[in-house]
Amino acid sequence: MPDGNAYDQFLDYANRANPYRLFPELRKTPVARQPDGSYVVSTYDEIVSLLHDPRVSSDLRNVPEIAAIALPPEHAPQLPPEFIRRDPPDHDRLRSLAMKYFGPPHSPDRISRLTPRIDRIVTDLIDGLAGRTRIDIVDDFAYPLPVTVICELLGVPKADEQRLHAWSQLLVGTNDPTTGTIVERNRRRFETMAELGRYFDDLVEAHLRDPGDDLLSALATDGEMARPDLLSTAGLLFVAGHETTVNLVTNGMLTLLRHPDVLERLRHEPELVVTAVEELLRYEPPIQMPGPRRTALADIDIGGTTIPKGSVIVLVLASGSRDPERFPDPDRFDPDRRDNQHLGFGGGIHYCFGAPLARTETQIALTELVGRLVNPRLVTDPPPYRHPPNLRGPEHLLVDVDRVEPVTRARAGG
Amino acid sequence: MRVVVDLTRCQGYGQCAFAAPDVFRMARNEALMYELNPDDSRRAQVLRAAAACPVQALVVDELGPLPAQASGHGRMPERVVIVGASLAGLRAAATLRRQGFRGSLTLIGDEPDRPYDRPPLSKQVLTGQVNAQQTLLPRRGELHAKWLLGTPATGLDLAAKQVLLADGRRVGYDRLLIATGVRARPWPNPAEAALDGVFVLRDSHDAALLHDRLAGGVNRVLVIGGGFNGSEIASVCRDMGLAVTLVDRGPAPLTGALGGVVGAIAADIQREHGVDLRCGVTAAALEGDGAGRLRGARLSDGSTVEADVAVVALGAERNVGWLAGSGLAAGVWGVGCDAGCRAFNVNGIVCDDVFVAGDVARFPHPVYGYQFLTLEHWGNAMAQAQVAAHNMIAASSDLWPHLSLPVFWSAQFGLNIKSVGVPTFADEVVFTQGSVADRRFVAVYGYHGRITAAVTFDQAMWLDFYRDLIEQAAPFPPTFDMVGKPGKVQPVPAEVPQRISALHDATVVVTGHDPAERRATLVTAGPGRAD
Ligand SMILES: Cc1cc2nc3c(=O)[nH]c(=O)nc-3n(C[C@H](O)[C@H](O)[C@H](O)COP(=O)(O)OP(=O)(O)OC[C@H]3O[C@@H](n4cnc5c(N)ncnc54)[C@H](O)[C@@H]3O)c2cc1C
Ligand code: HEM
Ligand code: SF4
Repeated sequence: MPDGNAYDQFLDYANRANPYRLFPELRKTPVARQPDGSYVVSTYDEIVSLLHDPRVSSDLRNVPEIAAIALPPEHAPQLPPEFIRRDPPDHDRLRSLAMKYFGPPHSPDRISRLTPRIDRIVTDLIDGLAGRTRIDIVDDFAYPLPVTVICELLGVPKADEQRLHAWSQLLVGTNDPTTGTIVERNRRRFETMAELGRYFDDLVEAHLRDPGDDLLSALATDGEMARPDLLSTAGLLFVAGHETTVNLVTNGMLTLLRHPDVLERLRHEPELVVTAVEELLRYEPPIQMPGPRRTALADIDIGGTTIPKGSVIVLVLASGSRDPERFPDPDRFDPDRRDNQHLGFGGGIHYCFGAPLARTETQIALTELVGRLVNPRLVTDPPPYRHPPNLRGPEHLLVDVDRVEPVTRARAGG
Repeated sequence: MRVVVDLTRCQGYGQCAFAAPDVFRMARNEALMYELNPDDSRRAQVLRAAAACPVQALVVDELGPLPAQASGHGRMPERVVIVGASLAGLRAAATLRRQGFRGSLTLIGDEPDRPYDRPPLSKQVLTGQVNAQQTLLPRRGELHAKWLLGTPATGLDLAAKQVLLADGRRVGYDRLLIATGVRARPWPNPAEAALDGVFVLRDSHDAALLHDRLAGGVNRVLVIGGGFNGSEIASVCRDMGLAVTLVDRGPAPLTGALGGVVGAIAADIQREHGVDLRCGVTAAALEGDGAGRLRGARLSDGSTVEADVAVVALGAERNVGWLAGSGLAAGVWGVGCDAGCRAFNVNGIVCDDVFVAGDVARFPHPVYGYQFLTLEHWGNAMAQAQVAAHNMIAASSDLWPHLSLPVFWSAQFGLNIKSVGVPTFADEVVFTQGSVADRRFVAVYGYHGRITAAVTFDQAMWLDFYRDLIEQAAPFPPTFDMVGKPGKVQPVPAEVPQRISALHDATVVVTGHDPAERRATLVTAGPGRAD
């Protein structure tokens, strides 16, 4: 079987519902060269090693054709790549500037202080389901929750959400390797980012006139981040906060419905949600692999192969998290799993910036769903999936319930 | 509850500080300051933090029976005795139980307390963030051990297989682990050392006394010695807004451990933080005020420093006094042992039933020309104790070698300094990533054309990459392109203090992750310089 085969199958939409059964085949060649010259890495140790290898760049401007992309004037101004697509020192500088208003060392409790607000949003969303016996977990709950949170955090008016959603979808598409060559996709990305940038530029001006308690206002007023970088960062945070947590919450509900014993346990042991969410990040990770953007700055000997300088490197995080060499019984969903160093949020310097927020949202969301949906049942299994293989999740998740418990009853019972 | 962060593993992701901001605090980018014994009301937070740590570096209390693995061991001893009830001793005890040892287990310690963690003593404890009595190490399950605490061992009878205690008791063993660590080297003049205001820092009692004095307000602190301990103490003093003078006999602080090039950077950092740094001098005498209180010190260059507190940070002495005349190879250099942690007798022959681990051990390291190393590193005590414990109950065909590369960390002046390998085993050093000016960089050390160590300042996430290069005996200097590579990459002499010269060709590579699978392989021709 040619090297590319298992990876091609993984990309194939036909396998979206269960990519996991392809991974053992994929892992037979830990570092597999693809026909387009890129290298797909699928085993845990090799992925971890490359995540921490300074010879791996995340800046696609190393690819001459991508560096050469210059948007025509009607698209300008072209934004600089966001920090997820930058290397140190710029990456580190931009990430810490953004962190200043998000987490330690400057704002250590910003996210933990959001807990009551997230609680409220979750409660309101579930209250809104009262009287229903069929629910779409995605549209009714898992999508609106993180979007509301990230909009409030960034200072994006809820009214603009529709417009932004369209851009966000376009950007997600540019990460999807099945939608064109890496150069084509990056050209589309620059175009969309430029549009998004114009939107955020106006928003930043508005915040400068009337600053709020939000991240964009803070970043704009302190002025340390140059405006083009600020606009890229806003785009990055918006999209990352928008397109990922929805899948973790949805995958979470799906997995619990497939493991009713765990669902039942969660009702009585709410603290189990902490390790259950980590296990979800291992077992059903929303980011199966980051969009291909890593390149080798030097020849890298790894996994019995040499990745030649200049090659694109694809890290299949989801496969690494199911590697039996690292995780005993990897295909079992075990909410008590110990030593769970999963790759759900990546690793190394690009480790997910929003992880603490995503964790908090998902922990609260699953606890409340489990506590308040009475006798939930999957309507279709597997559910229909969204297209991208890398940012993977159900398009809809229909669930039938006997009823929705009012909040006080559920809390008192739990 | 109790928690300890394995800072050898920690890469500064900060997830713990997000999840439990009341307990874990990041000073600047990476340096983590945390409470070890937080109130039980914080339990849920701490467990969230433990689950979130991407490298699973948090160790929390585990109550209930230890999940013992099936034991496939040949000759299980009946009685194991561990002398030294601290980090290495506790780790060994837990490993023994985990590996299925069910016989009697005795821990003998001269301190009255249950095992506690020392690194916070020069950090969180001195600042007052954490109480000196609250650095107890987590319990990793029920040990079913007999604890003889506050009971120093005074002798060892190898022939009778007995440990002698101060009260005349004798404790018999089938296997013995020596984990008595080190103590602070005292100020050489006893009368001066007895002045009120003169301190050392090794145990929790020292830390409590020093903290109380510092918190009570002082005019100036004199720190004698610019190693890690002295530098951390100076850092804490500056955090507390205290005037501090640090004297070091070398050209710069940390030179003894990291060489002169990185030492010079440490010197700049100290001065930027307002430390009155005096290098190339020693404290010649401490002076009292006539009422038995410290007034100041006279330095070797004839100058004087007025100070009401002096902290003597002149390094450590191994706790081997109790082994005098025992027939073991125990001396100022520590207790000699092989890479399997088996103690040498005075003839240099290994004993099968006496093992050594932690700060007191002196062991050969294949990666460093089989030179004998003594390491006062938390991570070494942990790793070596685990290997020793395994070997104490393993069949002779299943002995593990202690092959971990030395890893060290230090938190000072808001920075997280980490090292892997032996930075003094070097002739050249080169900055491969980051920026010295920003105090975020990686320095790589080389010896005869291969990489032997790396030191990071606030760049811990890259350390494992360099660990792998050291284990592969990769050529020095590294010539490949890297992210964050500074404009100029030019090796310079490492300026390490004089040391025993190494063999040129005895180069090994190390493979394997688990202690069970780690192996060294000799490489016949050492890799040459890359040019
Ligand atoms: C202030 C301070 C800061 C540190 N900071 C760092 C750091 O940042 N990073 C790092 O890697 N390491 C650090 N260390 C070093 C680290 O704490 C040690 O490596 C570690 O404690 C070694 O553990 P051990 O069990 O071998 O020895 P110890 O912890 O020294 O324990 C030995 C025990 O044996 C007891 N003992 C001695 N003689 C006898 C006897 N005859 N009978 C019975 N008991 C006896 C001692 O009292 C002691 O309790 C620091 C140490 C100190 C003191
Ligand atoms: C369950 C939800 C989420 C998952 C599974 C997830 C996963 C990931 C992964 C795997 C990476 C690493 C990418 C790489 O190394 O190439 C990453 C990076 C990132 N994530 Fe998330 N993420 C989630 C939620 C969020 C949220 C809510 C935000 C914003 C608030 C966010 C912001 C970011 C950013 C900014 C990066 C880039 C970090 C860097 O380059 O330094 N993520 N995420
Ligand atoms: S690596 Fe773990 S312990 Fe270290 S700062 Fe991050 S979360 Fe905390």
